[in-house]
Parts: sequence; C-alpha cells; structure tokens
Amino acid sequence: MKLTRILIGSTAACAIVLTLSACGGGGSSSSSANADCASGSIKAAGSSAQGNAITDWINAYQTQCPDATIDYQAIGSGAGVEQFVAKQTSFAGTDSGVKDADLEKANERCSGGPAINIPMVGGAIAVVYNLADVDGLILTSDVLAKIFASTITKWNDPAIAGLNAGKSLPDATIAQFHRSDSSGTTDNFTKYLTATSPSVWTFAPGKDWTAPGGQGAKGSDQVIASVDGTVNSIGYVELSYLDGMQNTKAALIDNGGGPVEATSATAATTIAAATVTGSGNDLLLKVDYTTKASGAYPIVLVTYEVACQKGLSTDQNPALVKSFLTFAASDAGQSQLTTSGYVPITGSLLAKVRTAVSSLATS
Amino acid sequence: MSGVDAQQAEVEGHLSGRRLPRWSTPALAGGALLVGLIVQLTGWTVVGLAPGVVAAIVFLLGQAITSLAIEGRRHSKDRIATTLIYATFVVALTPLLWILITVLVKGLSVFDWTFFTSTMRNVSPRQPGGGILHAFLGTLEQVGIATLVSVPVGLLAAIYLVEFGKGRLKFWISFFVDVMTGVPSIVAGLFIYTALILTGVLQQSGFAAALALCILMIPVVIRSSEEMLKIVPNDLREAALALGVPKWKVILRIVVPTAISGLITGAMLAVARVAGETAPLLLTTFLAQDINLNAFNGSQTSLPTFIWDQISRGTTSSVNRAWGAALALILFVLIIYAAARILAARFTPKSR
Amino acid sequence: MSTSTDETAQSAADPAGISGTAIRAGDRNFLGLSRGAGILVLAVMAAIAAFLVWKAIPSLQADSANFLTEQSWLPDQTPSVFGIAVLAFGTFVTAVIAMLIAVPIGFGIALFIAFYARPRFGKALGFIVDLLAAVPSIIFGLWGLYNFMPAVTSFARWLTEYLGWIPIFANDKQLWTKSLLMAGLVLAIMVLPTVSAISREVFVQVPRMHIEASLALGATRWEMIKMAVFPFSRPGMISAAMLGLGRALGETIAVALILSAVFEVNTHITEPGGNSFAANIALKWGEAGEVGRSALIASGLVLFLITLAVNMIARWIIARRKEFSGAN
Repeated sequence: MKLTRILIGSTAACAIVLTLSACGGGGSSSSSANADCASGSIKAAGSSAQGNAITDWINAYQTQCPDATIDYQAIGSGAGVEQFVAKQTSFAGTDSGVKDADLEKANERCSGGPAINIPMVGGAIAVVYNLADVDGLILTSDVLAKIFASTITKWNDPAIAGLNAGKSLPDATIAQFHRSDSSGTTDNFTKYLTATSPSVWTFAPGKDWTAPGGQGAKGSDQVIASVDGTVNSIGYVELSYLDGMQNTKAALIDNGGGPVEATSATAATTIAAATVTGSGNDLLLKVDYTTKASGAYPIVLVTYEVACQKGLSTDQNPALVKSFLTFAASDAGQSQLTTSGYVPITGSLLAKVRTAVSSLATS
Repeated sequence: MSGVDAQQAEVEGHLSGRRLPRWSTPALAGGALLVGLIVQLTGWTVVGLAPGVVAAIVFLLGQAITSLAIEGRRHSKDRIATTLIYATFVVALTPLLWILITVLVKGLSVFDWTFFTSTMRNVSPRQPGGGILHAFLGTLEQVGIATLVSVPVGLLAAIYLVEFGKGRLKFWISFFVDVMTGVPSIVAGLFIYTALILTGVLQQSGFAAALALCILMIPVVIRSSEEMLKIVPNDLREAALALGVPKWKVILRIVVPTAISGLITGAMLAVARVAGETAPLLLTTFLAQDINLNAFNGSQTSLPTFIWDQISRGTTSSVNRAWGAALALILFVLIIYAAARILAARFTPKSR
Repeated sequence: MSTSTDETAQSAADPAGISGTAIRAGDRNFLGLSRGAGILVLAVMAAIAAFLVWKAIPSLQADSANFLTEQSWLPDQTPSVFGIAVLAFGTFVTAVIAMLIAVPIGFGIALFIAFYARPRFGKALGFIVDLLAAVPSIIFGLWGLYNFMPAVTSFARWLTEYLGWIPIFANDKQLWTKSLLMAGLVLAIMVLPTVSAISREVFVQVPRMHIEASLALGATRWEMIKMAVFPFSRPGMISAAMLGLGRALGETIAVALILSAVFEVNTHITEPGGNSFAANIALKWGEAGEVGRSALIASGLVLFLITLAVNMIARWIIARRKEFSGAN
C-alpha cells in the first residue's frame, strides 16, 4: 500500500515536471521531454506486457498535448500485429518483434515501408514467491528449472536450502503457478530456462506452457493474484505487477556472477547488452540469457513497437505516431518506465532507438 | 399460488386419513439440528460429511420414514418432494446472493460522484480515481443500437412464425432460431471480426459490437415474442378479421397491443442478456479511455470491456474500478427492468 | 405451447381464406417484411457457418496431426500440430457437470417460485434470479476463482477421500483447485438463472384447470406437479435445459479464468487441468499467429456444429415427447 502511494506521488511529480518542461521548453532535440505536439488521434494495439507502460506514456503525452488522443488496446502481440497488418491500427506493440513472413506482410502493409521493430519497453520477469518468513530467496537457473519442471517439489529441498543458508524454508509443497494463456512472458521465461539449463529444462520453449504440473492462471494479473493469495507458492510475472502486493516477494537470481535482485536497473544492464539482429533501423534484438555479468538480471523481455518507416497513410496520422514515439524514447519517457516497474532502454541501444524513431516519415 | 395451498389443505382435510401433526416438521428439524450439533461437537464424522449435511440427511430421512409410517407412501413422497424443492431454493439462492453481495460490497467502495462523471483519460492504472462515464455511454449506444435492430427484426420474425408461417420455411426458421440461441457469444464476435472487420467492410467500432450483440439478441427476442403472440386468444383475431379488417392491421392494432406487456418484458430480458457480454466485444470494439459518441467511427469502450481492461491491469485501484463498473452494470440492467415493468403496465390494454 | 393453438392460428392466418379475395397490398407488404425478417435469420446463420468454414480451412490443411484426436495445440509450430481432443473432452465434462446440477436445481427453484412460495415473494425471487443473467461472466470467473473455489475445495477433497475408488475422483496431484469440476460447478451457477427463468415461465402457463382438477381429485401437491405440470411443460423444460446447455458450452471468460489449461486429456476431474473450446479461444487468440488464429476458428466451428447437433437432438426429443404426452 505504502509503495503504491509513493509511486503515485512520483508519477504525479513526474507529470508536473513534464508539464513544466512543456511550457518552458525551447529546443526540441529528440531526447527532450518536449516532443513537438501532434494532434488528432491514433489507435495502436498489441502486447499486454507493455500495456501499463504505454498507458502511462499516453497519459503524460496527452497532458502535454491535449489535442492528441492515443488509444492502445492490450489484446496480445499476435492480434496486435494482425490488426496492424490489416491496417486497423497505426502501430503495433509486440513482445517478440515481427520477422520472416510477418515482416514481409508488415512491409507490404507499409507500402514497402519498411516496417521496423523499435525496442521501447523492457521488462524484468520476476520470479515471485509467497513465503512469509523468507526474504531474499536466492535461486539459480538450474533450481528454477527443476522447480518449474516439478522435479523439485518441496521448499526445503537440499538444492534450494543449499543456496539459502540460514533461511527457514518450510517443509511444504511448492505451489507452482504459470500462465495458462499464450504470452510473451512465458516465451521469454522458457527461452531463458532453455538457454541456461538445457539439461533440466527439456520442454519446448514458446509462448505456451508445455511442462506438466503446477497450475495455470490467465494473465500476469491472475498469476500474481494467485501467488499473493496462496502460501508457499511461486510464479513468474513482469516486475511491474509486483507493485501493491501484500505477501509476494521477488527472488534473486544467481546468474553465475552472484545473486542479482530483479530491478529496473539490473534488467536494463542485460537489455543494453543485447545484440541487434535486424538490419538498418529495424532493431530486432537477441538477448543473452546466459549472461554472467555481475549485476545483470538475466530473465528479461523486450517489447517493441512496430511502425512504418514510410508508407503509413496520412489518415492514420504518421505525425502523431512519430511525435508519440519520440516522446517515449526521450529521457522523460524512459525514466517514467523505472517508476512503474518497467525497464528502460539505455546506452548505445537507446541512441539507436532514437535514430530509428527520427527516421520515421511524418507524411 | 396461496389459493392452491388453501385448496389443497381443504382437500386433504376431507379426503385423507391420518396426517402428521403440524408440530412434526419443527420437531424433526430440531432433532436433525441436534444430531448435527452432536456431530460438530464430538468431531465424530460419517464418511467425512459436514455436520450441516448430516443434519439435512437426518431431517429428510426422518421425515420420509415417519410420514411413510403414519401417512402412507403418497404423502411421504410429497413431503420428500416439498423438502427437496425448498432445499433447491436454499442451495440455489446461496451462491446467487453471495455473488450479488460480493459485487455490491466491492463495487460500493469506489462509488462516488466522480466515478460516474469522469473518464479514464489521463488516469494512471495505479492511481485511484477516474470513472466509467465513457464506458457507460458506450454500453448505452451499443446496446441501444443492438436493441433498435434486434427488436423490430425479432418481432417481425416472430409475427411471421405465429401469424403467417407455414410448412418448410417456418420449420427451418424456427429450427435455426433455436440453434442461434445457442451460438456461443465468442463465435458471434469471431464472425463479425472475420467477416466484416478483417475484410475492411467495417472498422472496430461500437456499431460492429452492436451487430455482434444482435446475433445474440435476435433469437432471444424471437423466442420470447413468439410465446407471447401465441397466447393472444384467437377469438380476438377472428373477430377482427370477420369485421373485414386487413390482416396486417389486425396484427398491428389487435395482436401486438394485446401482447405488448409480454413483448416488452421479453425485449428487456434480451437486453439484460447482452448487456454483460464481454467476449464478442473484445474483438469488435477498440478500447478507448475517453468519451466517443460516434458508434460508427473510432474506439469506443463499453462497461464489460472496461471491466476486462481494468482487471487485466492488475493493480489494486484498477481491480476496484472493475468491481465498481460491474455493480454499475447490474444497476443499469435493474433500471431497464424497472422501466420495462412500468412501460408494460402502462401499455397493457385494460380490458384484459 | 400447444399444437392445437398453433394450427388454429395458422388457419386464421390464411388471408385468402378469410377475405375471400386476393391478398391486399398492405398484407402482402407486411407478409414480405415479416418473412424477410425470418429469412434474415437463416441468412445470418448461413453466413456464420460459411465464414467459419472459410477461415478454418487453411489451418485444417496445415495440420499435420489428426484434428479430432490430437491432444496438443501447437498450430504455429512447423509443422503445425493441433487437435480438439482436449477441448472436446473438457467442454463435455464441464457441461455435463453443470447440467447435472443446474437442471434439477433450476427446475426446483422454478417449481418453488411457481407453486410453493407466496406470489409476492416468488416474484421478488424471480427478479433476483433474472438479474443474475446480467452479471458479466468475468465477474463470475473472478468470484468463482477467489471466493467460491476456496470454499468448495473441501468438497473436492471429500470426493477424492471417500469416492476416490471411482477413477474420475482419484487425485494423484494432491491439488483440488482449478479443475474441470470447479469449472463445472461455476458454470452450473451461471446457467442456473437461464434454466430457472425459462422453466418458471413455462410452469406459470400451465392451465389452472389442470392444476385444480388434479388437486380436486385428491392428488398431493407433488402428484399434481408430476401429473399435471410436468406433462404440460415438458417441451418447455427441455428447451430451458437446452438453452442452459448452450450457455454452458459457449461460456468463455469464466472458464478461461478458472481452468488451469493443460493440453492433456485427464479423466481425474478434481485435478487442475482441462480446457474448453471457448476458453481456449480466449486464452490463445491474442498471441496466435496466422495458422493459430485459423485453428482457433476451426475449433469455434466445431463448437458451432456441436450446438447445432444438440439443438437437433432436443427438437427430436420434444417432437417425440409431444406425441406421447396426453396434456395437449
């Protein structure tokens, strides 16, 4: 509860700062909060993982630019890309980026465009647990994989106890929760397990949970609610969902370079080190889940905005798309992410993102 | 039905032999409760059944056996049936009241003036505040359009089935109306989405949502109107036709007005049925955080999609808003019901 | 309700027969209009079927497994592998549980309102029941998940403990939540208003003559219900049950919230798991690729066909019953 209030306070303060800088701002470099306002309205749809982050951006942007209306519908990446390709929306949000056949279709939708993936919102996938007496639970990818594969079923299993000397682990069955719906969160989580513990995690990585055991819950909102309401439980959600929970804590992951807390900063380190696999301004990323860098939280996800570099018809308001994404990539936009539990894009990657956004045509 | 009660008591008084005394039911209930209490206190269980269940079984068996011994088989059966019917009432009402009270308690916590007069524009998912005005107006428009389309179409189709229909066409329409009542709501949404939206005929809009709701509403309107038109006495039709009144006038001036009360109730039931539908709206509308009164263009939120959106955001404030919206939706349907009752009472011909 | 009324209505409906002249223009227009409305229903149904088939075909061609018997659901994989076995099983089990509970209780509560409760109380009760039809299913789902399920988990445990020798109640996972049983129970509550509201309407229409005659002959109240009410209202009761079944088969969001979707046919109905046609569409649609969406539409088509079949069977039963019932 207290955390919520602090967050509300900081968001409000942030909004005030934004408004002030909008009033007094003169220069409009791409990194300034004072995005050149565009007017009109656009629709965008896609990833629900970035839903709350986009809503915060929209609120901040619309406060600055009252003549603009942006609607984002968090219906899932696949459906978001489909609607973008069907010319229903001006841009799409996706957890996995568009590639191959989808990219071809997106290019076609942008009349040759090309369509580009712009990584805009990062997320840490927190391993959340509900153990009243245990703070700072430490896990490694092997132990994590065994818990979620149901080969470790008790909290006081020697493998867990070995990592957590001095903590009073209960002699209780682990209630494991995973996503029952298809999601980018599951996709990244299982990719992490596959990359780091291939001998333990033998299930196919993907958007759908394929391991036996545990209980499925629909959406991160229900996973966190289930974990928060079930003692001795464990689950995985985006860090932003942890806000306001009573009984749930996030585990530290030992990536081989020491235990790392799941925070915006530690996840940002991992995302900043991702390699770009797209060409030109298409910034499709490949995250190194096996990172052993100290202070790099390894279980992360990157969500992209898919936009037309050229070829978006005027009635779908390319100027507003560019103006909004420019704001999102600005320092103000990216720092907003940290306050709401998301992960900002940093370093040279951020510079590339800004270049990509500035390459968007406005007509 | 208290008339039936009195009649029955009278009849039984005359015709039957020995009966259980009036105090037998409370006495048996008391005994059963005592047994339940003993089970509760001693912790002694019969195949793990809860004390309340044990008490209920004891009551049912005790009543059946005493009644069988004193009153005979027929009355014993009647008593078992009566007890079971009362039991279904209690069993059914418990969860139903439970859910209504849950919605009431959770919903009232966010009810204030701003909740009804503001929108979600520029309200953070984490903040309390914001409101449902945009969603309420959206629901009003979407359900309103759906009603404006469904009621005339449904009524006309019902008139066809009752007053004109013959042979094979009547059979097939009647059959497919039944099938249509069973069309899962998500399939209705999928249909509008794939047939009209992805093909570019329509945008995702309030109107597209209304069309999806029509698929769910029309068969309900047809079925209920059909039943209501059927119970209009044929004497009325024949008398009017005999006077040389054209058939269409007979229907519009005599048959429909006679049945109007039932027709309105039926239509309102159909409204209630679709007002809470979420699944078809998720595919056919686009979520907005602000008021959009144009049902044909742009995003438009409705109460069900508002609830869906706020729940999935997963913060304490947003989940509270969702429960508030759920309560508002139930109240909305309640008001429609009340309005329907008043309208029905006003339009019903007095001579009936 | 009765065939005889129907037939008289039809003969009265013959305009030519009554007026003895050519059909008047007004009548012709009105007939055209109302027939058009009826035909519209047929057209919409045909369009729904056509679009579902059209959109389902690409995935059915891509499917490398047997669509009817395959248990996994990985349509966007290469090669595409998916089938409806789990969905059909889960839909069937939850619907059966819901019907087993909701139909007797729904009839019971309708009988209570119509013949046992005081009229004013009965009306108020009927109103509350009607109101529940308007509660959005997501609210039923959340209530079911966080209020109802914890309360009835002990019942599921009891089933396993004392009836565990019946294979379907066995529980190897020692978890009694998020199961087909739970989904079935919540569905039962959700369809209860439908079943009871419609059967109530039917019971109220039983001619008072029949009721009073049977009571006058010395019948007990139950005998009156059995001999005067049930035969008269049987077709209506069957359609009430069928409407309820329709809702149970197609319920989407509540089931999606409650079930712990697993793509494996598990006959232990108290264990977490299971899935249904409608819930699966809600769970998978957002992230599905092109083949995936088509596969979901194919599963929607199957659901549609099941609805069609169920209604055909209901029609057939009602038609048969009508011949035998002495009431009409």
